[in-house]
Amino acid sequence: MTSFAYTFADSATMLRRNLKHQLRYPSLTLMLAGLPIVFLLLFVYVFGGQLGTRLGGHGAGGRGAYLTYVVPGILIITVASAALGTAISVATDMTGGIIDRFRTMAISRGAVLTGHVIGSLLQTLAVLVLVLGVSLAIGFRSHATALEWLAVAGVLALFAFALIWLSAALGMAAKSVETASNTPMFLTLLPFLSSGFVATATMPAGLRQFAEYEPFTPVTQTVRGLLTGGPIGTQAIAAIAWSIGIALVSYLWAVRLYNRRRAATPG
Amino acid sequence: MTINSARPAISARAVRKSFDDHVALDGVDLTVAEGAIFSLLGPNGAGKTTMVRILSTLIAADAGYIQVGGHDVTADPDAVRALIGVTGQFSAVDNYLTGEENLRLMADLRHLGRAAGRRRVAELLERFDLTDAARKPLSAYSGGMRRRLDLAMTLVGNPSVIFLDEPTTGLDPRSRRTMWQIIRELVADGVTIFLTTQYLDEADELADHVAVLDHGRIVAEGTPAELKRRIPGGHIQLQFPEPDALRAAAGLIPNASADDDQLILQIPGDGSVASLRRLLNELDDARIDVEDLSIHSPDLDDVFFAVTGHATTEPATRRYEEVLQP
Repeated sequence: MTSFAYTFADSATMLRRNLKHQLRYPSLTLMLAGLPIVFLLLFVYVFGGQLGTRLGGHGAGGRGAYLTYVVPGILIITVASAALGTAISVATDMTGGIIDRFRTMAISRGAVLTGHVIGSLLQTLAVLVLVLGVSLAIGFRSHATALEWLAVAGVLALFAFALIWLSAALGMAAKSVETASNTPMFLTLLPFLSSGFVATATMPAGLRQFAEYEPFTPVTQTVRGLLTGGPIGTQAIAAIAWSIGIALVSYLWAVRLYNRRRAATPG
Repeated sequence: MTINSARPAISARAVRKSFDDHVALDGVDLTVAEGAIFSLLGPNGAGKTTMVRILSTLIAADAGYIQVGGHDVTADPDAVRALIGVTGQFSAVDNYLTGEENLRLMADLRHLGRAAGRRRVAELLERFDLTDAARKPLSAYSGGMRRRLDLAMTLVGNPSVIFLDEPTTGLDPRSRRTMWQIIRELVADGVTIFLTTQYLDEADELADHVAVLDHGRIVAEGTPAELKRRIPGGHIQLQFPEPDALRAAAGLIPNASADDDQLILQIPGDGSVASLRRLLNELDDARIDVEDLSIHSPDLDDVFFAVTGHATTEPATRRYEEVLQP
């Protein structure tokens, strides 16, 4: 086998390992899916009636209008929430004994991290399907074409890829699993400071500027535009640029931490 | 596998390693012959684990030159990794998988192929008495089982050099014996073993060659027999029923040292039949009653004490410290 084939085979082995972990202990996956579902129900049924009146009537009343408005935001918070799992699983590996075993074997470099990232990506997609299913069950409807749905999946997957690499880097940087489960928490806060739950125009100055320029807003706006037929404009370009930028920087950071850890662990 | 004495399995020259201002290894030289069991002996904090981590490519030395299986660890770490197996002090198993899945993971990472991988896994489960527990999660494994699985995982790729870092620390006596048996079998297959231990009896039991590490330096080296020969410490110990007998015997035998509290007399000597017969005849002639007699041949505890000036930190050896220090 060539070294490329080994890289592929080792990454696939590591991916299988991570998927087995997820299937054997589904509680983490369910916890990651739980957060956005609770927010969905909370925002639609508790706040939705009032928040929806500002959006004008979709006939069925404010709550229905707000459901349509908030689902893209919920999908984005799902991506952020699911990314938390990567930091935890990476830190669990790095603080356990098995990583030293991997490092004394001739395994292609990066296979460990690649396995985690692809595993988390598949986990995120599964959680997204679950959350979307709940959204549809409580009445969310979209007129998006198959191509538009495909574009939604693409934008969400690319953004998830970026946040997962960021979470992987935070997991590498953490000294313990406890720290790793806390540091990426800010990711679940950022969707609230974007156009995910309320229009940025309703926010006070300062916060509004922050919300308009942070990466969660263009991603939310792109998904919203695709699902509800609103304007997308330059938002899609900003969404893709942010995703690629975050993914690239986080990837380099994570790999750097992985290699440095190899050199500096005392014994 | 033939034993090739021309090229050692491991050779290290002037290895140094510091962590911040703590010097862990201070110029270590060692050579391990192919097919031998080499034991690096030392108390906690002597630098044993650091040495294993350097030899097994986990961390880089600050200075020195190291070859494992003929490959330079710095220049060609992957060539070294392809032929070594490491079982560290802390269990290196995947707690979220079953025993069998852990072994399959190793087979996949060693690129054994599906059929050969399955065969190897089944063979190792059998050999390490884990077949019944193969499909159980690791939470159901005892400490001894985890250690056996750990070692089985190390063996999946048929390594020719195996590093065992304190393989029996924390095991009960029975599991410890089992582990020793496994290690002997490995060497019978031609594998080279680099073993670290803080148990002197373990090195004595298993090793062909012992190096004593203390504060980052090798302070003594040789076969267990050679080391023992260098150390005075063999003596005959007599236990008396009452103080008068002890005093009488002490007056009779030169060089003997008496312990009045315990009614014990220690006589330096090698415990040969001739010297024993002479001693017993002498006591008999003087009609001195002896309750008990034991022969103490020097062991690695004595070696360690003699070369480092302090005992190991193990409670089992503290009694020698008490005996040797007036």
